Amino acid sequence: MASLSEDAWHDLRRSPVFWIAGLVVLLMVLMATVPGLFSSIDARTATCSLSDSLRAPSATHWFGFDKQGCDVYARVIYGARSSVLVGIASTLIAGIIAIAVGLLAGYRGGWLDALLARGMDIFLGIPMLLGAVVVAKALSGHELGIWPVVFALGFLGWPISARVVRSSVISAKHQDYVQAARVLGASHLRIMLRHVLPNSLAPVVVMLTITLGQFISFEATLSFLGVGPRNTISWGVDIAEAQRWIREASFPLMFPAAFLTATVLAFIMLGDAVRDAFDPKLR
Amino acid sequence: MNHLLELQDLQVEFRTRDGVAHVLNGVSCHVDAGETLALLGESGSGKSVTAQAIMGILDIPPAAVRAGRILFEGRDLLALPERERRAVRGQGIAMVFQDALSALNPVFTVGWQIAEALRVRTGLDRKAAARRAIDLMERVKIPDAAARVHDYPHQFSGGMRQRVMIAMALALDPKVLIADEPTTALDVTVQAQIMDLLLELKNERGMALILITHDLGVVAQVADRIAVMYAGRIVEQASVHDLYPRPAHPYTRALLQSMPRQHRTDQPLTTIQGLPPNLLRIPPGCPFNPRCPIALDLCREVIPPLITLEGGRLSACHRTREVLDGSA
Repeated sequence: MASLSEDAWHDLRRSPVFWIAGLVVLLMVLMATVPGLFSSIDARTATCSLSDSLRAPSATHWFGFDKQGCDVYARVIYGARSSVLVGIASTLIAGIIAIAVGLLAGYRGGWLDALLARGMDIFLGIPMLLGAVVVAKALSGHELGIWPVVFALGFLGWPISARVVRSSVISAKHQDYVQAARVLGASHLRIMLRHVLPNSLAPVVVMLTITLGQFISFEATLSFLGVGPRNTISWGVDIAEAQRWIREASFPLMFPAAFLTATVLAFIMLGDAVRDAFDPKLR
Repeated sequence: MNHLLELQDLQVEFRTRDGVAHVLNGVSCHVDAGETLALLGESGSGKSVTAQAIMGILDIPPAAVRAGRILFEGRDLLALPERERRAVRGQGIAMVFQDALSALNPVFTVGWQIAEALRVRTGLDRKAAARRAIDLMERVKIPDAAARVHDYPHQFSGGMRQRVMIAMALALDPKVLIADEPTTALDVTVQAQIMDLLLELKNERGMALILITHDLGVVAQVADRIAVMYAGRIVEQASVHDLYPRPAHPYTRALLQSMPRQHRTDQPLTTIQGLPPNLLRIPPGCPFNPRCPIALDLCREVIPPLITLEGGRLSACHRTREVLDGSA
């Protein structure tokens, strides 16, 4: 027997769900960082010809053309960047806020906990999508591209994860090893960061992988609603655009939608696999 | 003369939803360098709370220190600011917990944990601290310490884990070591080894050892003095040689009588009737009176003071002379 993380890795290695989901995630990240590997056409600079408008998929243009006559395959590949970037960056922001707030509330307790808990409740009360529309709209006056969406999702999406951190911190801080660290003269900051935090991370890491999948679908929804990144290529934008011509051709909608679904599913499945591996009760 | 560690009339209460629980009701005792004091008592008698109060790790609230002083090298720990109090922990007074598995952090190697205090408190660099951790592990007789320093707590057996805990407590060279039921979670054979180790380390370093236990057998082997606690009070205090043959308090006598004896297998075990008092509603008078076979009306009304008897032993019983000479 080895440490918890080693045990978890041992379990993960045998989990087909982990491998499939991990492979899809890896593929999407690769697509987001070096789209040129996958497509010879650069969707950002390619000139689209209206004569190709809504042309069906063929051997040279696998996913066909959209209404503007742009290559759908190239746009799907180049659209991965904004989805993956929004997913990872907004999850990072939400994760940092959640861990900081949850750790403080859970460890200090008392009035600070009460105050932060009410803060979480207020943020929970804001409907995620509606709140994100307002925040992204307010921020995008400065032409920030996809960053308004990242910040909107990050700043609104942390309360549930913060609650998860808070409850695991509360159970960790009553453990004997925290008392043991105290009797050796450790400071509160040290106990919080070195003894309580590492023992409370597993549940929230899992929670955040699921959140990541949700954030990607939120980005697509926001783009679909017209609040998302304007001048960027994104699955959400393409889906929104394609749905107007759905009666004439369904493929410009189907392909970005399929990629979106696959990515979100992959992140959620990854989260599930990691949770199962880290949960000692499922052993 | 100042004692190394001295408690004076320590009173601790827990404010709960059901009322105020009087957990410590005036505990006074002391321990000197090289000496072993045993705090003996049933669950709920206040022995662990006494240890937590000395270490300053009581959860306040719900706990509150109502009165008393804890003098360490002449300074009242209760009056120190948190910063200085922290400096006493580990270097002045250290503690070994009952359940080493839960008292060791599961996500770090034992070597890291032993070295942590050294790095943070004495400023040793990583390498020197790691070497010192191996020394300490060898000192508490963990075989193959140099290799095992990289193992995690759950990879050790119960006895070895307790040794790791002891190594951690000794890292900062404390003057007083409090061991809270250090062998309760262990096999009998391992218990003896751990007690021997604690004694050996105490003698070698001239530490004071406060041993908290409910096990009369363990106490008899290792303690110099025994303080018997009941309902948050010390009811009797005496040297091992005085206490075992001639207890001066009916509670101590009942405890000794309820010990299983090898040569009397034909009789059922003697037990003490009743339960320890609810600390929310301690009965008036002597707290032991509802269970005491020789209680008088006086015992139900007046709390007996802790009086000094011959040889410096202490007892809090209205009939202590009669208990001592066997006439009651």
